[in-house]
Amino acid sequence: MSTAHDAAPGAAFSAGAGTTTGSEAVKGLSQGAIIRAKFLHHKGAMAGLIVLAAIAAFAFSAQGVGPIPGWWIHNHTSSGTVLNPGGAPTWSLSDPFSFGAHPFGQDEIGRDNFARVMKGVQISLMVMVIIGVVSLVIGTTIGALAGYYRGRLDSFLMRVTDGFIIVPTIVVGAILGKLIGGPGFSFFGLPLSAYLAPLLGVALGGVLWTSLARLVRGEFLALREREFVDSARVAGAGDFRIIVKHMLPNSMGVIIVNTTLLMSQAIVLETALSFLGFGIRSPQISLGQLINEYQTAFATRPWLFWWAGLFIIVIALCVNFIGDGLRDAFDPRMKTIPSWRKMKRADRRVASGAGAEAAAAAGTETGAAADTARADDNDDKGARH
Amino acid sequence: MIRFLLRRTLSTILVLLVVTFVLYLLLNRALDFFWDLRASTAPNIEDLFASRERLLNLDSPVIVRYFQWLAGASGCLVGACDLGTAWYQGQEVVDQLPGAIMNTVKLVTAATIFSIVIGIFIGLVSAIRQYSGFDYFITFLSFLMYSLPVFWVAVLLKQYGAIEFNNFLADPVLGWPAIIGTSVLAGLIWMGALGGSRRRHLYSFLGATAVTFAVIYAVLAFGWLNSPSLGIIGVSLMGLAGAVVITYLSTGLANRKALWTSLTVAVIGIGLYMPLQNLFWYVEMSWLWMLLLLVVAVAIGMAVGLAFRGRDPWVSARTGALVAVVMAFFVFVDRVFQEWGNYNSHPAINNRPIATIGAATPNLTGNFWITNLDSFTHLLLPSIALILISIASYTRYTRGSMLEVMNQDYIRTARAKGLPERTVIMRHALRNALLPLASVVPVDIITMIGGAVITETIFGWSGMGKLFIDSMNRSEIDPIMAYIVITGLLAVVANLLADFLYAVLDPRIRVNA
Repeated sequence: MSTAHDAAPGAAFSAGAGTTTGSEAVKGLSQGAIIRAKFLHHKGAMAGLIVLAAIAAFAFSAQGVGPIPGWWIHNHTSSGTVLNPGGAPTWSLSDPFSFGAHPFGQDEIGRDNFARVMKGVQISLMVMVIIGVVSLVIGTTIGALAGYYRGRLDSFLMRVTDGFIIVPTIVVGAILGKLIGGPGFSFFGLPLSAYLAPLLGVALGGVLWTSLARLVRGEFLALREREFVDSARVAGAGDFRIIVKHMLPNSMGVIIVNTTLLMSQAIVLETALSFLGFGIRSPQISLGQLINEYQTAFATRPWLFWWAGLFIIVIALCVNFIGDGLRDAFDPRMKTIPSWRKMKRADRRVASGAGAEAAAAAGTETGAAADTARADDNDDKGARH
Repeated sequence: MIRFLLRRTLSTILVLLVVTFVLYLLLNRALDFFWDLRASTAPNIEDLFASRERLLNLDSPVIVRYFQWLAGASGCLVGACDLGTAWYQGQEVVDQLPGAIMNTVKLVTAATIFSIVIGIFIGLVSAIRQYSGFDYFITFLSFLMYSLPVFWVAVLLKQYGAIEFNNFLADPVLGWPAIIGTSVLAGLIWMGALGGSRRRHLYSFLGATAVTFAVIYAVLAFGWLNSPSLGIIGVSLMGLAGAVVITYLSTGLANRKALWTSLTVAVIGIGLYMPLQNLFWYVEMSWLWMLLLLVVAVAIGMAVGLAFRGRDPWVSARTGALVAVVMAFFVFVDRVFQEWGNYNSHPAINNRPIATIGAATPNLTGNFWITNLDSFTHLLLPSIALILISIASYTRYTRGSMLEVMNQDYIRTARAKGLPERTVIMRHALRNALLPLASVVPVDIITMIGGAVITETIFGWSGMGKLFIDSMNRSEIDPIMAYIVITGLLAVVANLLADFLYAVLDPRIRVNA
């Protein structure tokens, strides 16, 4: 997100949005600049982005990455003496500025819950991103090929997609998770701890791409009838060039938005599988695995349960908000129609001679059409129950 | 159309075959058929391994085993089903399935219906009050619920909805801050939902707060929680209120014939209360009886509506039937609640009525009402968990499509010709806004039979989802394959049904091969 362009499009955007048409005001801005400005003005998405970035930075710096050590004094495996009775958190609301040695508490053998939750956040975020990237690549490739070439290739690829759709995601996920974590599986002789999380991400990404493939195919079917594709072909461009240079940039909106929304499913799916024992499993850590491990201790040590769950919810919520903001930003139908109340307020301000600010104030409102729920939402049903 | 259906069905069956083949190979690789022998120190361990190999026919290649399984499974087409054996338990898969399917249907039916109805209602109100505080609140809440992991919610529900709540029931006392806080919150929500002018805002806030406060206070003061019952007074009040609300939503109170119909139906229901109690006392009830009584109630409702005649008797008949269903529901709930005392003091329950696990209390015998009450206390928590997490998508759907519809020209036309806002929303907008849901709801309902895997596992509900997870943990390949085939077939049927329904409902869509 470059901040250099911020001021100009942002200002032009809000100034124009006070009127109902607004098209002259955004003249001269590139598509990307308009989208960026819309996204940067989406409060929910910006809040989600900031919180998510903060969580990621916090978790990765606290526990370190690979050989680089983190700043937190404990690590997630070593056990120590139990400080408070039962391992209760040393950080409490009555004295919020003293964190103590174990702010999130300890488990029954004295492992530090903060270190474990941070490690779990790291792993879960990593799996989420891998799932996103893998689904993005597979879904876009299959969708693009099916939509561009149509005919036999299309029906073959769509039947493959159907094959993935008719079995619930969580079922395929459980089978794949059991496969790669099982004793009969080895990955180039590496230890299980080294490959389990990334490979789980790849496996789940290989399951979750279906909705993206369908959407990209739909987009490509529409795009390939457009004039600019014809002119590129007449100019002698090959299939690969047309797909990559001409059609993919035009379907970026669909791809980015749906990959983001898919990642929020991804983290819930990974944690659910780990909870069931088919994903990341002990001694590896993920947020779902922590909840699985500590669910029986809930009555005696609730803090072990609360923090892991809280981080799952906050991460999923942030990703959902970012996805929503992106959807609004990419939706060309979304005009900035201010609400009735804001229009009245603007009218009143105009009457009192402060027209410019009023128009600017009315500009950040989001439009109705953008809230339309997309049909792809139903593909993840099985994953959440 | 038939050609389209045939082609679609055939190609998907082919896909399903390929899927089962690939998954069979994967499962064969993933499952450890000797997991229970690995840590064994028995002296004859070699023999045990060998006999397991013979039992599961592991000598023959996996492809041969797949086709043996397929041959048995395709016997289902001619009525000789052989889906294999769950070897660890030594049980035929065919015997496992009916119970599991029944249990799942029992769990997901109510949850799905409630989440669809509540979700649509909330989405509708949220769309009408677009950009209000209520709308933002609902939007945030639906995002939150969409992000909730069900396993986390389920563990919380078990702790607070069952264990703590049962403790609370032993001594139901709430502090003043809790009561006042709940009342004010309810007041704020109602204020946002009802909307209107500033004055109306104030009135609805004060009214809703006062009513909530009175209800909570009365429930606590009269010890209602430990002897819950509606009684004839409760049934009458709620029935009459239901009649008015239903009439308001379906035809508007201006339609006097419909209003009289629904009030008459409610009064007939109240009049039948005592005779029904006698019937329930002298005759052993069953669900067949309940269905019969419901049909009778609907018939009475429609008959009353038609008897009132008027310009459009079928509208009145529909309203009457709806009111009759509501009355029947209240009478049923009242009768079930009458057993609460007996149920609660039963030694198997021991005054801890809300259950955390399973579908029925073992060692509990009783009449139709007691067993049903027992089912309800077991259904309560898993249903809440399912409703909480599935409600959000329906709310978002309805809100989105409602907003799109409300911007259409025909809505402006309807308003311009002077129709009341209720008619515009309920008849012109909502019906069209629900159209996209027609392609989502059948898929949801049918795929739900595949089971709510996580919810069932946590609440120990032995349905399809739990069957799958248990079989995975026991490395039994046959039940897993049966599960995959059943969910796959259901998904195929559901998608076909959704396409078909959509094409029937929306004339703009044409299905062709």
